Amino acid sequence: MIPVKFDYLAPTSVEEAVSALGEHGDEAKIMAGGQSLLPVLRMRLNAPEVVIDLGGISSLRGIRDDGDAIVIGAMTTHHDVRDHELVHQHALLLSKAAAEVADAQIRHRGTFGGALAHADPAGDLGAPALALGAQFVIAGAAGTRTVEAADFFVDLFETAIGEDEILTEVRVPKHTGWGAHYEKFVRVAHQWPIVAVAATVRGSIDEARVGLTNMGSTPLRASATEEALAGASATEDGVRAAAELAAEGTSPPSDLNGAADYRQHLARVLTGRAVLKAAGA
Amino acid sequence: MTKIELTVDGSAVSDEVEPRMLLVQYLREKLGKTGTVIGCDTSNCGACTVHLDGTSVKSCNVLAVQANGRTVTTIEGLADTADGELHPVQEAFRECHGLQCGFCTPGMIMQAVDLLGENPDPTEEEVRLGMEGNLCRCTGYHNIVKSVLHAAEGAKA
Repeated sequence: MIPVKFDYLAPTSVEEAVSALGEHGDEAKIMAGGQSLLPVLRMRLNAPEVVIDLGGISSLRGIRDDGDAIVIGAMTTHHDVRDHELVHQHALLLSKAAAEVADAQIRHRGTFGGALAHADPAGDLGAPALALGAQFVIAGAAGTRTVEAADFFVDLFETAIGEDEILTEVRVPKHTGWGAHYEKFVRVAHQWPIVAVAATVRGSIDEARVGLTNMGSTPLRASATEEALAGASATEDGVRAAAELAAEGTSPPSDLNGAADYRQHLARVLTGRAVLKAAGA
Repeated sequence: MTKIELTVDGSAVSDEVEPRMLLVQYLREKLGKTGTVIGCDTSNCGACTVHLDGTSVKSCNVLAVQANGRTVTTIEGLADTADGELHPVQEAFRECHGLQCGFCTPGMIMQAVDLLGENPDPTEEEVRLGMEGNLCRCTGYHNIVKSVLHAAEGAKA
């Protein structure tokens, strides 16, 4: 199938894109890499009158060092996030998760910011961004504002980005030298996770951060697990009690891939695996 | 209609297209490059894989307007046609019989070329992972994986 007809705008600056959004309001849809949007348009699940393509705004691409954080441009592809030296050094968890997004072709087109703004609870980047305490820089007509990860994800496919705003970059506090692993549970290759766990740890184990994918309407932090992991030993016995807490406070969906209680079981098992692998055990 | 100018298989082309036109439609219906096929139409199967500025993409999941100013290589532009020889990866698929019905083959070959460009000496597991976005309903993948490994061997020789 092909999408319903739309007008196409290709701004070359963030200001131009924001003003186009202001002009067309909710008739317009922003397109980053298009890897989630185009299937939706082709299946005619959505039919915006105007598509605003950010592909021509070169300032939105790239990754830079900014003191205590690295800054990832919203239009940086998953492929580039996976391979970037700064990400490897300071936010290894993002590299591990980006490597698991869909397949090679999709990772060449799909973007870090696009995926986060799309806010699919089964998307692979929300949980790691949340676990690392990322900050989201959002541009609007009045200038830019910064939103903490804990406030960014609002609900299914809903974020703190306003209708007349654009996500421009994501600041990720440096977690230099932390081990990391993204444990993704799927039935079929290159699909969305039934459940996935994003874990990053300092030492083995001094401190841990754990995010959960597809365990609710937004990415979630496994806070009880994180607390219990501080000072735990990186062995199966050492992390078992902490992993048992991973599903606390979650409300995962029930669907053809699994019932909610099965997902909670998965979250506990996968958390144990992810933490041990992150700790290099 | 939106004007686009791009390079496809070494030739400069320019056209007026509807913004909703998919790159794969443009290649097949406007340029007649039917070597690139539409398999699933849901961006799962990878049969429509082409290279956009040198990296593999699913051309059913890219708009023609997004290719404006860029370079597209399809299965039809892969080999150096001047000397009539196949591209080494095409040759490896032929030698190892990396196909049965052949429908997925153009996408498989385009993805294999991308994979080997990034990782010239992959393990079998790396080939299987690197080709995960391409589905084949006939072969069980065995000879496809063999073909990619054979092409890697050939490049070393």
